[in-house]
Amino acid sequence: MTRRAAPLVRAAWALAAAFAVTLGILLAAGAPPFATLAVMAEGGLGSQAAALRTLAAFTPLLLCGAALCVTFAANLWNIGVEGQITMGAIFAQGCLRAADPAGGLPAGLDLALGLAASALGGLVWALLAGMLRTHGRVHEIFSGLGLNFVAMGVSLWLILGPWKRPGMASMSGTETLDQALWLPALGGRPMSMVGPILAVAAFVGAAWLLRRTFFGLTLAAVRQNALAATRLGLRPGLRILAAMGICGALAGLAGGILVAGLYHRLIPSISGNYGYTAILAVLLASGSLLALPAACLFFAVLTVGSVQLPLSLSLDSSLAGVLQGVLVLTLFAARRLRPLSRRREP
Amino acid sequence: MTVDYASALVAAVFFAAAPLMLAALGETVSERGGVINLSMDGTVLFAAMAAFAVARGCGNPWLGLLAGAGAGAAIALILAVFGLFLGASELAVGFVLTLFCRELAYFMGHGVARQPGPDLGSLSVPGLSDIPFLGQALFGQSPVVLLSLAALGLVWWFLARTRPGLVLRAVGESPRAAASRGVAVRRVQLLCCLAGGALAGCAGGLYSLSVKPGWGHPQGCEGAGWIALAIVIFGGWKPVRVAFGALFFAAIQVAGIALQDALPGLSGALFQIAPFPVMILTLLAVNLRRSTAFREAARRVPLLGRLMPRSAGGAPGAIAGALDKGF
Repeated sequence: MTRRAAPLVRAAWALAAAFAVTLGILLAAGAPPFATLAVMAEGGLGSQAAALRTLAAFTPLLLCGAALCVTFAANLWNIGVEGQITMGAIFAQGCLRAADPAGGLPAGLDLALGLAASALGGLVWALLAGMLRTHGRVHEIFSGLGLNFVAMGVSLWLILGPWKRPGMASMSGTETLDQALWLPALGGRPMSMVGPILAVAAFVGAAWLLRRTFFGLTLAAVRQNALAATRLGLRPGLRILAAMGICGALAGLAGGILVAGLYHRLIPSISGNYGYTAILAVLLASGSLLALPAACLFFAVLTVGSVQLPLSLSLDSSLAGVLQGVLVLTLFAARRLRPLSRRREP
Repeated sequence: MTVDYASALVAAVFFAAAPLMLAALGETVSERGGVINLSMDGTVLFAAMAAFAVARGCGNPWLGLLAGAGAGAAIALILAVFGLFLGASELAVGFVLTLFCRELAYFMGHGVARQPGPDLGSLSVPGLSDIPFLGQALFGQSPVVLLSLAALGLVWWFLARTRPGLVLRAVGESPRAAASRGVAVRRVQLLCCLAGGALAGCAGGLYSLSVKPGWGHPQGCEGAGWIALAIVIFGGWKPVRVAFGALFFAAIQVAGIALQDALPGLSGALFQIAPFPVMILTLLAVNLRRSTAFREAARRVPLLGRLMPRSAGGAPGAIAGALDKGF
């Protein structure tokens, strides 16, 4: 086995093991295993509409995946992405509902401002978590998670309170935005292509930042030895804040694209678990930037495909999350399962 | 506010605190042995589903609670195998397990969602429940409260007063030193991880069988495991303080519900998320108080010295800095 092939062999083992565990779970739940997997594949890729829905899920996943690569590069467990998406969506909705489509600014500028506002929203939320870490010694797992719940509460309060539809507050979201403020879509489809293009651009930008710039190098230094980085005058606290800020801006942008390009309004739990799923995708890609888009695409297919399950087989749609978790866990196992040559020090 | 109303509030606090206390005590046992079990939230949720499904199947809620404990231990076993024997990162595996168990619970529990099922009922200890004010809260309402207090006593006694408890603490403080004294470090860590998982599983069972009875796609106990993790840090890894932490967070939940009646203008969603900002603020206060900067400031300003933690405290040596770090 050559060194280059080793990760692929491990991935094959992980896939096989994940498949076996999945079959076990499906059989235990009393579901027909192969029919279930067929429904998921069909729902994610079976038609043009399904492929578009998959692309719509792929966009925030890739944006958040790129965002998380930056924070993982600084050894941060940023699980606050979910809240950063929500905050981005809130800022975008606030900016766009204040915009006047009839007069004033050209519509393109309105949209650009809306997306910029979404990035700002995510940035603020991520910096809050980052400052709690650097100045308040609160681990980012707790601040991120707490802020996720806070962002969700804020969005619910806005939907049911100040931004409610005229006449009645509804859990189906705020009033739909003016059509002039939607991201341009091709051929009358509900989804815009601007989102995926921005996501790919953001991913390339993040990869360049991490692999080809001095900033990326300093993040690696902070990750590997924070004390040495301090001695070198790299100011790890500042780098951590910068990494959090970039991550938050990208995650916020994902929220803005969900508002302006897909839902065209603010809905409850708009972040749709993309923040958590993106963490699993980054863990599945295990640090490889090349593998990340593939992992995101695969998870997008699973997520979209599982939406059909309650209708066609009366199973819960959380099967997608189960499969994603199994896959990451089996990959962890495949990576570590070698003959016990290198024992861990007690 | 009448005395009756106040004692009803106290009773509600103890009732809501019971599962939080069990989960936080479970994590305390695990972390005192040097294993960070980040999968608490998923464990509690999955165990809640397992407990409800089994209780509904057999018609006996106590069997359900046992099944919940078993489910929690099984998840802890996965974590231990990955973290202790395969050398994977405990934080990464724990986090993936949290997400995985949550989704698995919703998936496997689809069949029993929104179905009626048995619950643990109420229990009144004759004599003790007549003690004024606290009697009704502790001994007069539910076996759940008694269970949580029993677990507190047991965990405290085990950690502070028994030989195996001492071994567990030694392993958590310094695995190397314990190993050189002939302790089988990984076996001890495996056992404490399993025990902690079983306690967290019991907490899940208490949710679905008593505190928030039933099962559904949002069950109602989501996020409780994360609060439990924060309570362990808040309580300085000491069982009795951890129990007070659980009571504190339960009091916030109860106050939210009580205030909802008083201030109907504010949405219920805001009160549901109240524990989370409080969680961040308490961690901020606790960690700042333990920081070197605060110690130095306290040396100069006498008034601040009164706020200094009396004992060195802090995390067990093996996991120091993993969840309460700074620069």
